[in-house]
Amino acid sequence: MNALLKQSLAGLRILLVLTVLTGVLYPLGVWAVSRLPGLQANAEGSVVEVDGRAVGSDLIGIDPVAEDPARDPWFHTRPSAVALDLDGDGSADNLGPADGSISMGSNKGAFDEDLVAAVEDRRATIADREDVEPSQVPPDAVTASASGLDPHISPAYAELQVPRVARVTGLSEDRVRALVEENTDGRGLGVLGEPGVNVLKLNLAVTAAG
Amino acid sequence: MAGLLQVGVLLAALAAVHKPLGDYMARVFTSTRHLAVERVVYRAVRVDPDREQHWKTYAAGVLGFSFVSIVLLYLIQRLQSVLPFDFGRGPVEPGIAFNTAISFVANTNWQSYVPETVMGHTVQMLGLTVQNFLSAAVGLSVAMALVRGFVRSRTDRLGNFWVDLTRGTVRILLPMAFLFAVVLVGLGVVQSLRSGVDITSVDGRSNHIALAPAASQEVIKELGTNGGGIFNANSAHPFENPNGWTNLIEIFLLLVIPVSLTRTFGTLVGNRRQGYALLSVMTVLWGAMLAVIWWAEAHPNGPAALLAGAGTEGKEVRFGIAGSALFANSTTGTSTGAVNSMHDSYSGLGGGGTMLNMLFGEMTPGGVGTGLYSMLVMAIIAMFLAGLMVGRTPEYLGKKLGRREVTAAAVTILAMPTVLLLGAGIAILLPGTSGYLANSGPHGWSEVLYAYTSASNNNGSAFAGITVTSPWFQSSLGLCMLFGRLIPILAVLCLAGSLAAQKKVPSTSGTLPTTGALFPTLLTGTVVLVAALTFIPALALGPIAEALA
Repeated sequence: MNALLKQSLAGLRILLVLTVLTGVLYPLGVWAVSRLPGLQANAEGSVVEVDGRAVGSDLIGIDPVAEDPARDPWFHTRPSAVALDLDGDGSADNLGPADGSISMGSNKGAFDEDLVAAVEDRRATIADREDVEPSQVPPDAVTASASGLDPHISPAYAELQVPRVARVTGLSEDRVRALVEENTDGRGLGVLGEPGVNVLKLNLAVTAAG
Repeated sequence: MAGLLQVGVLLAALAAVHKPLGDYMARVFTSTRHLAVERVVYRAVRVDPDREQHWKTYAAGVLGFSFVSIVLLYLIQRLQSVLPFDFGRGPVEPGIAFNTAISFVANTNWQSYVPETVMGHTVQMLGLTVQNFLSAAVGLSVAMALVRGFVRSRTDRLGNFWVDLTRGTVRILLPMAFLFAVVLVGLGVVQSLRSGVDITSVDGRSNHIALAPAASQEVIKELGTNGGGIFNANSAHPFENPNGWTNLIEIFLLLVIPVSLTRTFGTLVGNRRQGYALLSVMTVLWGAMLAVIWWAEAHPNGPAALLAGAGTEGKEVRFGIAGSALFANSTTGTSTGAVNSMHDSYSGLGGGGTMLNMLFGEMTPGGVGTGLYSMLVMAIIAMFLAGLMVGRTPEYLGKKLGRREVTAAAVTILAMPTVLLLGAGIAILLPGTSGYLANSGPHGWSEVLYAYTSASNNNGSAFAGITVTSPWFQSSLGLCMLFGRLIPILAVLCLAGSLAAQKKVPSTSGTLPTTGALFPTLLTGTVVLVAALTFIPALALGPIAEALA
């Protein structure tokens, strides 16, 4: 018992010293290095500014809401498990903007009845919005991402939205398609990860072009 | 195809690094010289670094250090409101603080809290980041003590715990963490002391995006096989893991030390093929489980996934199926528990695969240090079984495996299933448990089983639909983490002490060689058999039922 007490006291002393090293000097050292030009913008969240106003982050997907749903000019993100409750039914909306201050997946398994209902509802809503058959809606469009803040959509989901965005913004479909192409992040080294279309950057590009 | 090449890039990187890193770690733990900064530490804490310890003193050091670490981490959380960068989040409530303190000290890093609203930056850096380093260094130290047990003979000295702890932190973890933290910031990971940034989106609506000092913690979270995210969505959050590059680097980081330690082991015992024998077992099981999980996620079953057309629920577009399965397999095969996709939304077979990785006892390739010592203990069990078959006293690496050694090995591998099955069994019998689950039926049981599996194996990932804020879950999972960590450590140190005291027996024509193809095959079979015999009934009621549905 005496040995345990003696070792605990030694342990406390070394814990305090190593806390200064790994809990103060290390994280603040990394913070200090990340003030370097070229790193600072990343370290502070890759914020995108338009006319000096922060409109979002390159890395965070928050779904834009159309003022008039019949004339919806936006490319839309994937569903989010941390979506706001804009329809006021007491739970996260099936489709709609995320709350960027938290992050979460739905954690529902494929046999869960609520998830089946949510997928069904999203498929119908999106098919209606894009004026296509429900079977044409790609998987990522109807399933919530892991973070709730996925900045990307699949190229297939972007393609599905091209005709509507072109119609509403008055741009040609080819022009919109070119913008989709420009805002698609490819695989690292050609093999790492999957290609995805960055929704915020694409919407900003469409706005700028229109 | 790109997915397979991605695995190839990962394996090539590990193959290139494991030799220099493994040899470097061997030098770190055998060198007689102390760095200047280490001398300062030893003087400040008044330990004599050149005095080696008996296994009981070493064990008392580990226990005492873990105890004061838990107390300090608990206090830091409870005192959050008087610390800077708390953003008004207030004191962490006692149940969460208790569970989190044990969790991070035990290298589990289970999150029963939403970091963005509960933990401020000071608690994250001063409390959680510290234990990300030190719990990994404790695992390394215990592994080195066990290796010394095999290497040395006729001694009761196993090294000095404070020296091992300090060297592991200062010479291995800190420099690698600093380097890769800066690399991650360069690739887009955030490192901010602000609580977040207010934005007005393209549609004119305002929103708030949370920020945190993520890069410094992200790196050690993977490198130390810890797993507790600074954001709730963990490595699925784009600020922790923004692209294919960071995803591969993070997977590399969580595998690199456990893999390289097999080289360290081979170097220290004077025969590198002994290390490669263990590595081949780890690689075969890791590869087989990757194939299972990847296939399962690429061929979804269950009505929601079939309706959607793919198993994309709970996965990020930038990682896809391949990048998610690769991460999931590596995080559960090590004791990390970080996630870049939500395992709760995996198919029955895919989610069951991640669970089975943990049920192997975290040794494919396992956590930092813990993976090596768990595999060595399993090697002792395998040699014992082989000895029984041929009727000889078993030996391993020139040490006789007598009653004391086999008992210690058995205690090590039985601790985890005992606390796991007791905990999960009681939890499912308690009235009201179903109210804490996100899913009903077999998947609900899987959530409970996964929680106790993850806690008892110090993994920390979750079928996160389960709500674990009730006093029962907070306390029972806390105890599972504590016992799942400390009982094996004590048994391993006892084993190390008894091995070190023996003299080496020369190998004869009757000795089973542990470097050819036979031994790894036997060892693989033992790992699978022990897990299967212990857990098939529990798995049949959850993931297996779902996979066959």
